[in-house]
Amino acid sequence: MDWTLWLELVIKALVLIFALLGGFAYLTWYERRLLARFQSRLGPNRAGPFGLLQPIADAVKLIFKEELTPAKAYKLVFFLAPIMTLVPSVIIAAVIPWGPPFQLGDRIVTQSIADINVGVLFLMSIASIAVYGIVLAGWSSNNKYAMLGGLRSAAQMISYELTLGLAFVVAILLGNSMNLTDIVEAQRDGRWFVLVQPVGALILWIATLAEVNRHPFDMPEAEQELTAGYHTEYSGMKFALFFMAEYQKMIVVSAILATLFFGGYLGPWVDRWPLLGPVYMFLKIVILLFIMIWVRATWPRIRYDRLMAFGWKVLLPLALAVVMITAVGILLAEINPWMIWLIPIFSLIAGAFASLMIDRSLRRKAYA
Amino acid sequence: MSPELILFLVLSLVAIAAAIGMLISPNPVYSALFLVINFSTVAVFYLILGAPFIAMAQITIYAGAIMVLFLFVIMLLGAEKLAPGKVLPYQKPLAIGLAIVLMVESVYAVLARNPSDAEIIVPTEAANSIDAMRDLGIMLFSDYLLPFEVTSILLLVAMIGAIVLTKRAKGEQE
Repeated sequence: MDWTLWLELVIKALVLIFALLGGFAYLTWYERRLLARFQSRLGPNRAGPFGLLQPIADAVKLIFKEELTPAKAYKLVFFLAPIMTLVPSVIIAAVIPWGPPFQLGDRIVTQSIADINVGVLFLMSIASIAVYGIVLAGWSSNNKYAMLGGLRSAAQMISYELTLGLAFVVAILLGNSMNLTDIVEAQRDGRWFVLVQPVGALILWIATLAEVNRHPFDMPEAEQELTAGYHTEYSGMKFALFFMAEYQKMIVVSAILATLFFGGYLGPWVDRWPLLGPVYMFLKIVILLFIMIWVRATWPRIRYDRLMAFGWKVLLPLALAVVMITAVGILLAEINPWMIWLIPIFSLIAGAFASLMIDRSLRRKAYA
Repeated sequence: MSPELILFLVLSLVAIAAAIGMLISPNPVYSALFLVINFSTVAVFYLILGAPFIAMAQITIYAGAIMVLFLFVIMLLGAEKLAPGKVLPYQKPLAIGLAIVLMVESVYAVLARNPSDAEIIVPTEAANSIDAMRDLGIMLFSDYLLPFEVTSILLLVAMIGAIVLTKRAKGEQE
């Protein structure tokens, strides 16, 4: 490896990390302003124009807050847990392609840090170790609420990981590759996978909501039941790290969803100006984040036993059915290319059947 | 020394230290965490050997799924707060004996092989190349179909067993 490659990697990594950090700061502002609009309030609007300096004010406040460590806490793990939560949320972004490669001088620069051929598996493995930080935070606090939050998050994230993996399989099947760039390139000419497999995209979206503990699946920190769940005992910058991890995960899962199902960096003229790629990604991520916040503003939190029942009894079978429909559809498309549109038809039928089953189950008296 | 060798030596130290830490740490949660570190270093070994699929599977399945379940059970039972229970009297001598047998076996396996005549079986190019996943899938569903299906039946049986064990009788409330 020559030194220019090292330099390129370091610069790209730094740009990505700072983009995620800045994104986190302004995502909090975006969310608070949007929630305020949904609730007919104004939201933070004092610091700077439109309250744009609010994230900086918050950061300064959090830095100067006192950090408390419970006397009976397991100190080392208590200290490490916020870091173990934050790190996966950053490194998972390493494989996401932000745009097509472009020429700089006499070298080709790819717009992803690591364009590896097992990209989707990398996403899966990082998603599966992301649970440690939360579980250990709950355990090391030596507090019953925190412990319950940690246990809930472990159960929830393991359960929804299966669905997440199957939704990834749908994208792998359609893209015929595990490389994220190949998957994006397979969606050229407006053939976004969300059009071919809308139910798969919906399943992935629900599963990622559960993976990042966002509303309506924020059981690990359900305020009314567990005060603040796994981060009850955390304060100051340690709490800020959890906060940061949650918002960075929101950004990253939106980026993954955009890459796998919404055409990634593709858009008009992206081949002529490769630097338009990050712009399209940004727009898609902002729209997906808006939907996440919209859901938070409008839906109540789902009850815990129903959350697990939904994951295991509805989402997992539906995801399996969708994977099978996709696979059969791709085989049929080899006979006649138009057969590919059998996939959305049959998956929508499967999705409608699943919704019908939920409806019937909720109507039964024993379950209400 | 090549960078790969340095990396290998450092990682082996980490792996061995994590394994020892897992054995001697008094708290089961710390043991589980040491085991996670060990699994992750092994995954990096696979990466160095040029087998990204196995590396990722190692992290996803062992570090990400199995150890989380272990941790879940340890935390749920509060095992880290239990006083050390009774030790089986024959456990220690038996363990030491078996460890010595394993040691002799592995040393013999390394020494007995004559490097001149026995070629080290290097995985085929297909296992390491970019299209490894496709070839792996084809291999699993053609040449190794029977073991693959037997494994899945074993897993299914284990799953049914777990469900039967935890199922409550009809009408019984929690």
